[in-house]
Amino acid sequence: MGITKPIVIEKETAVVDGVDISGAWNRMFEQRVIWDYDLRHMEKVTALEGGESLGWCYQCAKCIAVCPVDIVGDYGPRKIFRKLQTGMDLLESSDLWLCTTCMNCLRVCPKEVNMVEIMPAAREQAILDGKAIPDELQKAFDNISKYGNPQGESARKRADWVKDAGVPVNILPTTKKPVDVLWYVGSYPSYHGRGKDAAKAMARILAALGIDFGILAHEEKEDGDSVRLAGEKGLFEMLAEENIKVFNKYRFKKLVVTGPHEYNAFKHEYPKLGGEYDVLHYTQFLAGHLEQLKPLLRKRVSARVTFHDPCYLGRHNGEYVAPRNLLKAIPGIDVVEMFRCKENGYCCGGGGGGMWLDSFSRDFTSERLSERRVREAVEVGADILAVCCPYEVSRFEDAVKSTGHDGKLVVRDILELIDDSMRM
Amino acid sequence: MPNDVFVVAEHLKNKLSDVTFEMLGKGREIADACGGKLVAVVLGSGTKDLAAQLGVADSVISVDDPALEHFSPEAYRIVLSSVVKDRQPKLTLIANTSMGMDLAAPLSAELNIPLVAYCKGLSADSGNVSVTSQLYAGKVDVESSITSAQAIISVLAGSFAGDAGRSERTPSIEEVRPSTSLNDLRVKFRRLVEPEPSDVDITKEEKLVSIGRGIQSQDNIALAEELAAALGGAISASRPIIDNGWLPKSRQVGKSGMSVKPKLYLTLGISGAPEHVEGMKDAATIIAVNTDPRAPIFDIADYAVVGDLFDIVPALTERIKGAKG
Amino acid sequence: MKILVPMKQVPDLVEELEIDSSGKRLNRDFLKFKLNEFDEHALEEALLLKEQHGGEVVVVTLDMAEADNLLFTAIAKGADKIFKIPGNCDEGIDCHSAAQMFATAAKSIGFDLILTGVQAADDRDGQVGMLLAAFLGLPHVSVVTGLSLEGASAIVHKEYAGGVMAEFEVVLPAVFGIQAARHTPRYAPVSKVRQAWKTSKIETVDGGTVPASNGSVVNRMFKPESGKRAELIEGSPDDVAGKIVDLLKSRGLL
Ligand SMILES: Cc1cc2nc3c(=O)[nH]c(=O)nc-3n(C[C@H](O)[C@H](O)[C@H](O)COP(=O)(O)OP(=O)(O)OC[C@H]3O[C@@H](n4cnc5c(N)ncnc54)[C@H](O)[C@@H]3O)c2cc1C
Ligand code: SF4
Ligand code: SF4
Repeated sequence: MGITKPIVIEKETAVVDGVDISGAWNRMFEQRVIWDYDLRHMEKVTALEGGESLGWCYQCAKCIAVCPVDIVGDYGPRKIFRKLQTGMDLLESSDLWLCTTCMNCLRVCPKEVNMVEIMPAAREQAILDGKAIPDELQKAFDNISKYGNPQGESARKRADWVKDAGVPVNILPTTKKPVDVLWYVGSYPSYHGRGKDAAKAMARILAALGIDFGILAHEEKEDGDSVRLAGEKGLFEMLAEENIKVFNKYRFKKLVVTGPHEYNAFKHEYPKLGGEYDVLHYTQFLAGHLEQLKPLLRKRVSARVTFHDPCYLGRHNGEYVAPRNLLKAIPGIDVVEMFRCKENGYCCGGGGGGMWLDSFSRDFTSERLSERRVREAVEVGADILAVCCPYEVSRFEDAVKSTGHDGKLVVRDILELIDDSMRM
Repeated sequence: MPNDVFVVAEHLKNKLSDVTFEMLGKGREIADACGGKLVAVVLGSGTKDLAAQLGVADSVISVDDPALEHFSPEAYRIVLSSVVKDRQPKLTLIANTSMGMDLAAPLSAELNIPLVAYCKGLSADSGNVSVTSQLYAGKVDVESSITSAQAIISVLAGSFAGDAGRSERTPSIEEVRPSTSLNDLRVKFRRLVEPEPSDVDITKEEKLVSIGRGIQSQDNIALAEELAAALGGAISASRPIIDNGWLPKSRQVGKSGMSVKPKLYLTLGISGAPEHVEGMKDAATIIAVNTDPRAPIFDIADYAVVGDLFDIVPALTERIKGAKG
Repeated sequence: MKILVPMKQVPDLVEELEIDSSGKRLNRDFLKFKLNEFDEHALEEALLLKEQHGGEVVVVTLDMAEADNLLFTAIAKGADKIFKIPGNCDEGIDCHSAAQMFATAAKSIGFDLILTGVQAADDRDGQVGMLLAAFLGLPHVSVVTGLSLEGASAIVHKEYAGGVMAEFEVVLPAVFGIQAARHTPRYAPVSKVRQAWKTSKIETVDGGTVPASNGSVVNRMFKPESGKRAELIEGSPDDVAGKIVDLLKSRGLL
């Protein structure tokens, strides 16, 4: 973009339709023209399938007030639009990786600029062009494509947690029995130390409710939604095809998932590839069994609990009630809301591939999103930060430590709290 | 000679490497068991002093030539190949090191002598030689026996005691001339490049002392540094230490940091979160120091010290310094 | 410049290795194979050289397990041609035989430079790259961490213990055992790999016949004893320190 000085237009008088309207405006500058900008970088993005809406931005800045990354840094659709006008190549920029696809900007944007579509499209292009991918994310892609989970663990160990669950779990590839509920466990609940705690709790709850359920054990693979949002669409499609093939081998009525990301994938993305299921997030499924559940919740859990809405259960899928109903059903629990909650809930930083961009993103923010959220929980005087997304236990527990709140705030999955209350 | 054991001495910057003595010690035992001689082979230029340190061997073959002043994959292979072809030893022990890798396999292919690599155990029983190789990143050991008259064995450093390979005795030295010209070779040594002193790459360190939040303050890092220095290793850390700016990011071990596989990983005040473990679970020996007996780090450690790092570290540094004398 | 990259698969150590009832072999029922990680570095270095100097990158591998996927992945990363040496190697193959097959194949494919991974997890009888160099009668340097071309020669950095490196000038053609490429090996997007499955062709190249015996036989395989739970070191700080020192000594770490 060449910098040209605007031409000054000065007139003695201003006469419109014979009326003299002279005033300060006699001295004007020529019209500022948008075509002064070199639009190459902008057009690179808007030309992508999914990238179009970035061009609609009219710079009102509503998005900046709600973008969770901007709250701890300098980010958001308006700023990206502006940087693209002034010479930033998004495909080469660190801005490409910072969006968590939390969708809060879309909620307030008058022009429907949709980062949840723009970012994955731009990232996919960067990956196909062979641009450098942050190491940690590349490792996750590699692990997921080789092993079906981001940790790079053996598929054969996917159901190892079952032996410590304390209740029998129906392994469908072994029993091949039709079931009412196919429970898709997910990678973090299958392999991560704290994730497994939630998986075991879920198994015990389902058993106590007498639900006829089964799991896919080694045949289950990462759902792929976060991988898709991080730009590896090909890998997402491969995982989806493989998971759909496996789902179709078994007979079940409902598909229940532990994680909101999986929920989002199975609900909105798998149907596009031919996999249609009656899918429920566990909070929805259990809330539907609240009457059977209540009598089992006998132990008081005396605590002030605040709940973090996962972006992919809340904003993306509109479910704010089920998790709260479950919490309220646990005797002794006093639920308090954080300042940012429900539709305006803050983001933990794990979505859209953020789970595998920890040290990358850290360099562009004053603190991690998870750390900010933990402070918010502490501010409302919570003893327990309750979550229902398997990414979050690890993120928040770590953030509790790094913000110096160990011993003051504990992070528990709602499953764990229910399970606690069931034990006499 | 049909029962002799040859050991190829390895040296850099006029210093014999430890693995040379380790091979000599083991070679002594094997040569005796097979009723043969132990012969050390030194290639180089001006290597009298080095040859004199190989007294455990019955004799030393010294090929001293200006063209051999620096290790060269080609010149060294040519010379060694003619020595082995000439003398027909039963076993030729070569270190499985950077230099050794350029000798053992090419020699085996060229002379059609079988090679057993990654040797960590070696024994001979009435002339039958058995070799234990460490394969699959240490997950499986494979024991092989040699069925031919000659074999080359490439030996992993640190497998045998070095003491048995050292002696005050002066060996008898046989000077040998290279049988072919070493001019006009296709591989030319140019220079040695020293590593940049500030530039620690924790993925390449064999010993890491890794610190976590248990270290409490930046000032205390000096304690760990002193321990690492005594061990001859470097320090690495869990993420909170990097977050605090106490160490640079290049020292972070874990999911969002480096993956390391050192021979020794000694943790001080690290709890063992899954994100940390992901980056270090493949370390050969893990020793963990933590005050909390239930810390998950103990689930993957080989050795557990339940105790205060501020008590253990000074005592350990002291002892190591003493042991090294 | 025609750069040939022979690639080899190794058992995937993410899976628990089991030893079969003969006690001499890995149980192949549970074995999963993957590309030797060092070969991935060799390919990366080859692609970087091609980007700098032009030419072509040709990949060749043995016919076993994931061979096709490995080759198509190489195409997705930027390799120009892919070859498979027929002859079922699923039962495993020693490194001398593999190197001989690669040598025969290399002669018929042609090359100016051969890059291999420095080693692999199952090289019981030596590293393939250096065996290959000897079978082809070519100069070689192993444990290479830096590589550049100057006319008809390559300048390589060979890494010794403690980070010291030796710089060599090597007349091409030659074989280098790559320890690490200049960059992390690049990522192959799944859609490109799938595209390669559809549009690229694997050529075959003969590896000749390979003599059977190699002069050593496997007596047994076993897992080195390793305590599942950590062994407790107890006592006063000084006792503990003493015990750690003993242990380090016994493991050759001091
Ligand atoms: C997405 C993501 C990525 C991450 N990536 C990484 C990563 O790459 N690397 C990483 O390390 N972490 C990573 N983490 C953070 C990880 O979850 C843990 O929070 C972190 O590893 C904890 O570090 P620590 O063990 O030093 O601290 P803590 O967990 O607080 O442990 C300190 C330990 O020190 C012990 N201790 C205290 N005083 C003493 C004493 N005097 N003597 C002996 N022991 C003592 C305590 O018992 C405790 O076990 C990541 C987290 C997330 C969510
Ligand atoms: S809210 Fe929408 S229109 Fe307004 S600045 Fe943000 S992206 Fe642009
Ligand atoms: S989706 Fe969320 S993180 Fe991304 S720009 Fe919008 S508000 Fe910010």
